[in-house]
Amino acid sequence: MLLGRVVGCVWSTVKNADLTGHRLLLVQPLTPELQATGKRIIATDWTGAGAGEIVYYCRGKECSFPFLPAEVPTDSTIVGIVDSIRVNRAARTEVATSALPPAAPARQVRGRNSRKS
Amino acid sequence: MILARVVGTVVATRKDPRLEGKKLLILKPVSPEGKDEAGYVIAVDTVSAGFRERVIAVSGSSARMAEGCKDTPVDTAIVGIVDDVHLD
Repeated sequence: MLLGRVVGCVWSTVKNADLTGHRLLLVQPLTPELQATGKRIIATDWTGAGAGEIVYYCRGKECSFPFLPAEVPTDSTIVGIVDSIRVNRAARTEVATSALPPAAPARQVRGRNSRKS
Repeated sequence: MILARVVGTVVATRKDPRLEGKKLLILKPVSPEGKDEAGYVIAVDTVSAGFRERVIAVSGSSARMAEGCKDTPVDTAIVGIVDDVHLD
């Protein structure tokens, strides 16, 4: 799970039927020091998080588990609202170096992308 | 899930039989402000999205939970067409 901040929301009318009724929020991933890092993602919300709140979200197929038995096609879900964070000063550097880049999988293919016109 | 824009289509004749009848689109990830981001991805369309439309794409094994994608070899699916993005 990763830390993030709710920075907006997305409206969609035409969507997968199982997504109906779920809020889609824009989440900015954060470091434990609450600095923005990486691309903003869209996440479904299980907690009722509001604008500007610091949350933690999970990624992957597990994201649909809170909504069971409905099979919601989501790959990131907000599962908790953060009350407080305490980062141990000694451990902080360790966290910073080992922190994995969030969200977006690395896409190395460059150059003549999309299609030839 | 990511925001993306439809920039093209992919046609394939020889493919896994479970992908037959599925529309494959090329997506370009975009920021919430609408600016293009690096890379591209090919996704299965489940909501009849059109050219240049902004869509929501779900990736990973969750993509198989999209409509009609159960047990298909798919890792990115379009699950919604974006009406509006609101930034606080």
